Amino acid sequence: MGSKLFRPPLAQSILNLVVLGLLGLLCLFPILHILALSLSSSTAAGSGRVTIFPVDLTTLSYRFVLDTPAFGKAFLISLQRVLVGTPINMALTVLVAYPLSRSPKAFRARGFFAWFFLITVLFSGGLIPWYMVIRQTGLIDKFWALILPGAVPVLNVILLANAFRNSPAELEEAAVMDGAGHWTILWRILLPLSAPVLATVTLFVAVGHWNSWFDGLILMNSPERYPLQSYLQTIIINPDPRMLTERDLAILKVINNRTTKAAQIFIAMVPILVVYPFLQRYFTAGVKLGAIKG
Amino acid sequence: MTARGRLRRELPLYVMLAPAIVLVLVYAYAPMVGIVMAFQRVLPGKGIFGSPWVGLANFQRVLEMPTIFQVVWNTVRIAGLKAIAGVIVPVAVALMLNDVRSRLIKRSVQTIIYLPHFLSWVILAGIVVDILSPSEGVANKALALVGIRPIFFLGDDRVFPWTMVVTDVWKSFGFGTIVYLAALMDIDPTLYEAAMADGATRWQQTRHITLPGIAGTIIMLSTLSLGNILNAGFDQIFNLYGPLVYRTGDIIDTLVYRTGMLDNQFGVATAVGLLKSVVSLLLIGIAYKLAAKWADYRIF
Repeated sequence: MGSKLFRPPLAQSILNLVVLGLLGLLCLFPILHILALSLSSSTAAGSGRVTIFPVDLTTLSYRFVLDTPAFGKAFLISLQRVLVGTPINMALTVLVAYPLSRSPKAFRARGFFAWFFLITVLFSGGLIPWYMVIRQTGLIDKFWALILPGAVPVLNVILLANAFRNSPAELEEAAVMDGAGHWTILWRILLPLSAPVLATVTLFVAVGHWNSWFDGLILMNSPERYPLQSYLQTIIINPDPRMLTERDLAILKVINNRTTKAAQIFIAMVPILVVYPFLQRYFTAGVKLGAIKG
Repeated sequence: MTARGRLRRELPLYVMLAPAIVLVLVYAYAPMVGIVMAFQRVLPGKGIFGSPWVGLANFQRVLEMPTIFQVVWNTVRIAGLKAIAGVIVPVAVALMLNDVRSRLIKRSVQTIIYLPHFLSWVILAGIVVDILSPSEGVANKALALVGIRPIFFLGDDRVFPWTMVVTDVWKSFGFGTIVYLAALMDIDPTLYEAAMADGATRWQQTRHITLPGIAGTIIMLSTLSLGNILNAGFDQIFNLYGPLVYRTGDIIDTLVYRTGMLDNQFGVATAVGLLKSVVSLLLIGIAYKLAAKWADYRIF
């Protein structure tokens, strides 16, 4: 790194650190604030005394949220979505990336299929025709509506195809000499060689499934089929009074709405925070792969 | 190789592609066929094949929408401001991080600023709404301490677009920084040595070595963002806007959503979507041409 050679003046170094510190605070504070709110009493939250430390520490909001059957159900649907959707996305990504990573000599139709998939990134039918097709295929209100329409993540395919193409050719050539077919080359050589890229993409896909909310919102007619993020969208962002039961209304008189919202937000963040160290480790490599092609 | 041998050799490739081809045909190409709805009066229950053709009537309805030009302008304005801020902030942060010598501090700052990128706009909107609330949010509490009257960040249509730009930068600047940090690492250290030997000041080094060193990346990413100028960020705006700020905050995608999904005007909504897709496609084409010319960028 070049600038190691040149020491910036002390005043500038300090200014640098102060600005970076403030930016860090800007990203960290809102999350700590939400955590603090979720653990505070409703009177403390209501009187505006909470910043980054809980006031009158209580887990009442969490108990209320976790006791709400709809919340638990939505959480499970999201979990199911991640566990079913991620392997399907990854399998299809690998299966498409391999043929597209072959040379035009080895696969004459490569160019055609590359465009076949790429066009879907460049142009789309738009929201309404997309919705109509999903309705026509009978997926409205079905779990598979959250999986099938986005099952082929074309940008990830491009990323992985590039990784396959950039892996050392010698092993592959040797395998071909030994009579290995396409499946063997893919399974025994390319997949092990691309393990870091696969890990990165898998994590991103899983996070993507966890975070999706719009498809659940419009493709599920009944709120009890919402994944967690769609459920939270209707509870926190666009509160729909029809979704509150009498029990909820009674409890909300005691517990501040603000602290329960904070608790819901924080619970939805937990899975991301759990995988965050892994994301951290892999994604620098992933972003470079995606953004700047070598 | 004979034609048959060739087919035998390529057959597994087609088997691998088959499931994806079916899914893409159904969920990406069939909706493209569905664009014909833009030329129909879509009747409930009749679908694409039973609805009557109406020529360009839907497009005429689009042009007659009282807010359509305002909405297009809002979209371009918000997307443009985001694109500009989305270059300046990450570049500045990358330059600052590059000067930090303590690895611990550098890693910690990076770890923290990447986090918002991985949270959905539903979660972030929940947080933003709470913090920016005029009555109980900490942002206005802090402003009150220095004697500033409450700002309606999400309810005042003069402020709303800027709130969108700032919160978007908040979510994405850490992630954008990675790319520029990588570009900074690639600059040849001997250039700095030579500059120092010539007695160049720090600012001269930044100006003549560092910035030109990452100019390619800046140009590439800015050019590619041209293809996104009609995408002002549906996920963010949908979760943060309301009728109070439609004047400056309603964008093409939110208009399509309300027209189609809430008012059930499928034909009109499809027409708006089609216009958007066509213009976007043209812009993406231009952007890639320019990126290929200026920054030698290729997607495949």
